[in-house]
Amino acid sequence: MPIRVKVINVSKNFGNVVALRNVSLEVRKGDVFFIIGSSGSGKSTLLRCINRLENVTSGEIWVEDDLVTGPKANIRKIREETGMVFQSFNLFPHLTVLDNITLAPRIVKKVDKYEAEDVARSLLKRVGLLDKERAYSEQLSGGQQQRVAIARALAMNPKVMLFDEPTSALDPEMTKEVLDVMRDLADEGMTMIVVSHEMGFAKAAATKVVYMDNAEIIEMGTPEQIFDNPQKERTQRFLKNVLKS
Amino acid sequence: MAKIEEKQSKQKIEITDGVLIPARDDSSIFSAWRISFYGAIAALVVLPFLSPEPYSHVLKFIIGFDENWRFDIGNSGLVKTFEVTVLSIFFALFIGLLVGLGRISRISFINRLCTVYVEVIRGIPLLVQLFYIYYALAKFVKIMDISAAVIAMAICYGAYIGEIFRAGIQSIPKGQMEAALALGMSRSQAIYRIILPQTIKVVLPPIGNEFIALLKDSSLVSILAVSDLLRRGREYASTSFYYFETYTMVAIIYLILTLFFSRLVAIMEERMKINANQS
Ligand SMILES: Nc1ncnc2c1ncn2[C@@H]1O[C@H](COP(=O)(O)OP(=O)(O)OP(=O)(O)O)[C@@H](O)[C@H]1O
Ligand SMILES: [Mg+2]
Repeated sequence: MPIRVKVINVSKNFGNVVALRNVSLEVRKGDVFFIIGSSGSGKSTLLRCINRLENVTSGEIWVEDDLVTGPKANIRKIREETGMVFQSFNLFPHLTVLDNITLAPRIVKKVDKYEAEDVARSLLKRVGLLDKERAYSEQLSGGQQQRVAIARALAMNPKVMLFDEPTSALDPEMTKEVLDVMRDLADEGMTMIVVSHEMGFAKAAATKVVYMDNAEIIEMGTPEQIFDNPQKERTQRFLKNVLKS
Repeated sequence: MAKIEEKQSKQKIEITDGVLIPARDDSSIFSAWRISFYGAIAALVVLPFLSPEPYSHVLKFIIGFDENWRFDIGNSGLVKTFEVTVLSIFFALFIGLLVGLGRISRISFINRLCTVYVEVIRGIPLLVQLFYIYYALAKFVKIMDISAAVIAMAICYGAYIGEIFRAGIQSIPKGQMEAALALGMSRSQAIYRIILPQTIKVVLPPIGNEFIALLKDSSLVSILAVSDLLRRGREYASTSFYYFETYTMVAIIYLILTLFFSRLVAIMEERMKINANQS
């Protein structure tokens, strides 16, 4: 499978804080790439460097043929190719569900209004919220908001989806509805990078798992390798703690 | 522990130089508002009734009625005061929006320029600014009284309203800008489509307060040959020598106006709270 995202020797410092240290990885088309690790280990920073919400301190990131980290990078194109889903949903509260989804295609890609709305409705159908197109985010549950946020990101027709702890603000029931949507996406062949501690989901859907600690990648492998037979002591300790809780 | 301490050290006493906003759920201020408001209206009605000379005459003169109680807009201090206030707030909003955007701009020259503007304006008393702008402008152009007044008030209040816009923009959660950028919008698209529409709601109540403050401060323009409420009062007093009675009426009219608008701002805030709580 062709490579979709390539991270080469990336480091990122915030002043004195090292958030990423020499991180390298490859994500192939159709991968569901899981990143796990304790709080502050640099998982969000890594995702945010991939769509350039943060600038790397050194190293290179490629999304297909586009160099994300170069000074001449076409940031707008990179962000079109990478959809992002946040822990706190970040729906636009002053817009309806439909407008949340159609705004970016219309003003960034100059898609015609009716065409954008057709696409939005088919996406809403996919996430099971076709009846909510006129609702505002404050009228939706957390799980519904997150599913709209996923539809909104998909409306730009991205090549990679970045998920930053998409379910950690949700209770178990709502978590399931969001994971179901993500599962469908994975089955359809969407390339995804997912920061999450939903181990059950990771075991079922992930093609690769990376364990990060203290700004570095400690261990990388298939879900079986990482979850059932971790090699590094730090990975073992982390998994024990996560499974306990 | 550490978090609580941090919170406490950040606690501020929130007292502004504006009027108290009479919200319904703040019963002590609300009842004080009712006493003042209805008291002032009673005084406005009763005083001219009990002694038409001079109270009734003062009232007619400053509000702009002639002998036969016909309204004459050209001689109305009330209309002039509103004219100055409304025009000034309009231009101040315009300046304030630009300054607020400038204060969060990433272009350091624009950012610096706007910050200096805010610092300088807020450091000079409004009365001094009025004199300064009036005579500075008079050096170059011969402008009419009311334009000079409006320009000066707008320049001054633009600085304060700029700070309100800046605070309002910064009060929108960071995730909103990030979500917009992540969808491929440019920063200016994100500000125009996502941030500002949400800011409006936040800044409306404090801008209401500024409107009231400006209404009061507009009395300063009476020194610039603008025939507002206060100047009409001065004109009347200086010919009739009823100083005390005249300024009593002027004060009552200002009081009624500010109390009326402060209640309006409170109602607006209450409406917004209801909207926000409906979620
Ligand atoms: N904008 C920033 N400014 C300064 N330091 C930052 C910034 N963003 C992240 N950091 C620091 O970088 C490190 C990595 O943060 P990051 O958010 O990537 O961790 P994370 O693995 O996503 O953690 P969590 O599980 O809590 O979300 C942390 O030490 C954090 O404090
Ligand atoms: Mg994070």
